[in-house]
Amino acid sequence: MSERILDVKNLKIDFHTYAGEVKAIRNVSFHLDKGETLAIVGESGSGKSVTTRSIIGLLAGNAEIMGGSIKFHDQEMLNNSEKDWQSIRGNKIAMIFQDPMTSLDPTMKIGQQIAEPLMKHKHVPKKEAWARALEMMKAVGITNAEERINEYPHQFSGGMRQRIVIAIALICEPEILLADEPTTALDVTIQAEILDLMKDLQKRVKTSIIFITHDLGVVAGMADRVAVMYAGELLEYGNVDEIFYNPQHPYTWGLINSMPTLHIEKLESIPGTPPDLLDPPKGDPFAPRNKYALRADVEAKPPFFKVSPTHYASTWLLDPRAPHVEPPAEIKRRWAKYRELQAAKSNS
Amino acid sequence: MTKYILKRIAYMILTLFIVATITFFLMKMMPGSPYTNEAKMTKTQLRIMNEQYGFNKPLWEQYVIYLAGLVHGDFGISFQYSNMPVSQLIGSRIGASAQLGLQAMIFGVFFGVIIGAIAAIKRNTWVDTTATVLSIIGKSVPNFVLAVLLQYYIALKLGWFPIAGWGTFSQTILPTIALGVGPLAETARFVRTSMVDTLTSDYIELATAKGLSLTQVIRKHALRNSMIPLVTLLGPYTVSLMTGSMVIENIFNIPGIGEQFVKSILTNDYPTIMGTTIVFSLGLVIVLLITDIVYSLIDPRIRLQGSDA
Ligand SMILES: Nc1ncnc2c1ncn2[C@@H]1O[C@H](COP(=O)(O)OP(=O)(O)OP(=O)(O)O)[C@@H](O)[C@H]1O
Ligand SMILES: [Mg+2]
Repeated sequence: MSERILDVKNLKIDFHTYAGEVKAIRNVSFHLDKGETLAIVGESGSGKSVTTRSIIGLLAGNAEIMGGSIKFHDQEMLNNSEKDWQSIRGNKIAMIFQDPMTSLDPTMKIGQQIAEPLMKHKHVPKKEAWARALEMMKAVGITNAEERINEYPHQFSGGMRQRIVIAIALICEPEILLADEPTTALDVTIQAEILDLMKDLQKRVKTSIIFITHDLGVVAGMADRVAVMYAGELLEYGNVDEIFYNPQHPYTWGLINSMPTLHIEKLESIPGTPPDLLDPPKGDPFAPRNKYALRADVEAKPPFFKVSPTHYASTWLLDPRAPHVEPPAEIKRRWAKYRELQAAKSNS
Repeated sequence: MTKYILKRIAYMILTLFIVATITFFLMKMMPGSPYTNEAKMTKTQLRIMNEQYGFNKPLWEQYVIYLAGLVHGDFGISFQYSNMPVSQLIGSRIGASAQLGLQAMIFGVFFGVIIGAIAAIKRNTWVDTTATVLSIIGKSVPNFVLAVLLQYYIALKLGWFPIAGWGTFSQTILPTIALGVGPLAETARFVRTSMVDTLTSDYIELATAKGLSLTQVIRKHALRNSMIPLVTLLGPYTVSLMTGSMVIENIFNIPGIGEQFVKSILTNDYPTIMGTTIVFSLGLVIVLLITDIVYSLIDPRIRLQGSDA
């Protein structure tokens, strides 16, 4: 088994607002192994960003961690002082944000912005740090880097700026890279380039990635494992094949059904809206929008049922006593394909 | 860059020409006469005086003579101080005004930036509220009221600084404060707003995510970005310092051009009024040019129009 570097257990995060306590994250547990990519997917507002921000200690001022644990190796991150966080951020754990157009300091030279974490954490003198920054610019595919190192952000396109942000994130060779929708703001063609770049650099730097997206489409080529989040809770997680070809939670079915692929003629978006997090539902949070929901799903929070040693889903449909439900056609097609794959695997 | 500056200088000359023209004709339309005892003067006396000052010539000719003088830096002769060229009069007084204005500007901007930045960092706390209230007071109390209050409490009661006069540095303190509090309050408010914007921006979050401490984030990223737009206030500040100086110099008995300007208006000293107006305008257009150049130097996103670098 590979080395576990991050272990999040029963994380609970509230936001204090004028309207009351927003229970944004409720009992979320997941882990990250060395070198792997974990994708967290879910609709807008499901808590993907809040979860990732808690890992790097960048929650908003009105946030409060109500319980749980975030272990980075053996270090309990929830006991970190601000100083501890500073020595981790940008050094052991780095983050890439969604909008490259606004992520860079408009009045600082690119070279300085890339060199900054190195000077801060590794106490590398400026000259050497700039030399490393130059290498990094080449590594992220910025041509003519010798000249461009002295330029300012407005002189770069969105895609180039995201490459610079990646260079900043990776210059200290962090163990974990948190990428919060790093390509959402970019053109589709540039998206693919940035994803390829991330995969390529991941191998070189040997970093683990938590990749956040609401677009299941980009997950397939990117992730080893997938965690599906909804309304502040985790509903299903497993290896990328298990989630794509053997999904068990009706919310995952809905996400797959709303993903454009060759096999689906009519895209189905999930009807309804997520629940109010000021007063979250007591059962499966997706139950009110779920046409496959059982009465039990509404009344009691389902536990995580084991589908495989790596695959768990939180729905009463998996309880042995549950009645049989017929999933959507596309899901059945995927299940069939999954069984074929499994059979082929066990034969060989 | 050079091309841009040359173009701007051409515009400056045009602006000054327009200012000179407008003041000239406004002067001519002003009621009253420069002679204190006009009622007692005989016709001959009046004629001789008018001839001496050129008032008997047609208006357009007076205008041309006046403009021709300007080109050579000759503003004419003061009515008030007999035979004293206006240029010499202004020259002897501009030093005090420039020193006072500069000190007030530095005082206002320096403390304004500090107060504004602290308010932004501690936003929505009592520190912020106090700073906001103070800057509203600072902006709304007229500088002459403040000047008198300073004279009474600081100079008269406490005796910390001289009450008026000009010559020693300690005499400059109270007028500098009286004149500088307006820009200080304005700067504090401006920097607070601009700094709050900066501190909540994505690149500050990224800087924090790099592991920088709050102090480093502010020193290396937030301060410069929130202070750059402050440069645009340099022009308006200059105007407010110039008008302020007319009052403050009078109250503190400072031999500057502001004080002189008021005197020359009271005595209908046309050449001095016009000369001072032009000097004020010249000061302002120079400040505006410097503002633009400085802005383009400190903000890499700004490129001066018509410059190729
Ligand atoms: N500072 C805050 N104050 C109050 N509520 C907040 C705050 N930040 C986030 N939330 C709430 O927490 C929930 C999760 O937000 P989060 O930003 O993690 O969603 P997300 O999954 O990243 O969505 P998106 O895809 O839109 O980025 C949302 O309901 C949001 O309204
Ligand atoms: Mg988000």
